[in-house]
Amino acid sequence: MAKPMEKITCQELEIGAVVVEVGNAQEYETGTWRSERPVVTPSLCIKCGVCWIFCPDACIVQAPQGHFEANLTYCKGCGICARECPVGCITMISEEE
Amino acid sequence: MAKERKGIEVSIAIADAVAQADVDVIAAYPITPQTHIVEHLSEIVANGELDAEYVPVDSEHSAMSVCCGSSAVGARTFTSTSSQGLALMSEIFFIAASMRLPMVMALANRSLSGPLSIWNDHTDTMMVRDAGWIHIFVENGQECYDNIFCSFRISEAPTVRLPVAMNLDGFILTHMIEPIMYEDISLVRDYLPKFEMDHTLHPDRPVSMGCFGMPEIYTEAQMNRETGIRDAYPTILKAWQEWGDLTGRYYHPIETYRTDDAEYCIVTMGSYGETAMEVVDALRQEGEKVGVIKIRLWRPFPTEEFRRAVLGKQSLIVIDRAISFGGPGGPVASELKSALYQKAGAPVIVNYVAGLAGRDVSRKDFRKIILEGKAKASQGDTDGFTLYGVRE
Repeated sequence: MAKPMEKITCQELEIGAVVVEVGNAQEYETGTWRSERPVVTPSLCIKCGVCWIFCPDACIVQAPQGHFEANLTYCKGCGICARECPVGCITMISEEE
Repeated sequence: MAKERKGIEVSIAIADAVAQADVDVIAAYPITPQTHIVEHLSEIVANGELDAEYVPVDSEHSAMSVCCGSSAVGARTFTSTSSQGLALMSEIFFIAASMRLPMVMALANRSLSGPLSIWNDHTDTMMVRDAGWIHIFVENGQECYDNIFCSFRISEAPTVRLPVAMNLDGFILTHMIEPIMYEDISLVRDYLPKFEMDHTLHPDRPVSMGCFGMPEIYTEAQMNRETGIRDAYPTILKAWQEWGDLTGRYYHPIETYRTDDAEYCIVTMGSYGETAMEVVDALRQEGEKVGVIKIRLWRPFPTEEFRRAVLGKQSLIVIDRAISFGGPGGPVASELKSALYQKAGAPVIVNYVAGLAGRDVSRKDFRKIILEGKAKASQGDTDGFTLYGVRE
């Protein structure tokens, strides 16, 4: 975002609060919402990509080694990837630990 | 060339005006008493007389959704509804205003259920008073015809960009045959510029509309809307002024009749203004110093004009066409009291709710309301409201 959301004044908003900056959702780092993070055991990953398909935030990416992992800048810790992984290679770990 | 007035049903004249305004998209679901407006538009489009999309939607919720979509791509958009239809589309009705999508609605005012009724009062429009639309009230067929053009002009103006509801009393106006002056298409073209928006939905210029608003931005978005509708005011005045310059028919946010030397006034909104003027004429002959104040612009509310109009009056008798159940008074009277509160020398307000669901309010009734209201004002009997004519 050209300016952080909490600094924008009512005069600076476009009419109808139209967002003209394409793709600026990536500036909004939803990773701070997380109370649990997904941790992958790469040796167990079969590289099927089910977690990548199911992630509602599209924050899972394929690592150069071939396994999948979440981008923690955006991952909200919903746990869907861990629930859907057919081999159980993703574990949700509390952020307090 | 001398122009001639046509004897025509008001609903048909509204549809003809919409066609003359060269609308691009009409999405509506038929509902009494709005039906003739959209039926005639459907016919005009089907006959190839108007190059527009008529979208026969499955519900009013869909009608308003289609209107939002068409306005968002920059198409001139019209819809019309009443009562339950307005209630059904209310979710999207609010969104149209928040997304600042220009469109015009002919809102044929009708009571809300229940009991189920198809007749006229203002309960439907009061339900959406705070939705952020501009609300205009018209009094007769000519005003309906004229204000279709004015509404498009206001709605689409770069300084406004808000949906406009033109409120007309169901049946009392929609189903009347009145003499109406039609204007030449060249005059309409001159008056109504092409609709152009800065940001539209277009693949070449991507934008996001209707985004989620976090607590960090929601307040600013609402203030932006509030400023937007207030700032629309000069454009509304200009639109009416220029229409008047072209046609000789001028409109104002607050209109007065025989108020200059009036000691007290009756305040109306919508078609009741016509009857009120007749009754005031008769009362004037009997020496009553009474006038009529008519509220044409309901949102944005013309507070200053209203205060000026009532300056020096002793009392106002305000007729509401809806009940605010359990409230301090009818919605119009409450609003007017609020506008005058703590103003030195403000007139006292006596509130009547009358004509619910099409119950006739004749000249005789107006006369009774005015004289009884005057007496109540002098006795200081100004609390709450009187539901005129109720059997109890």
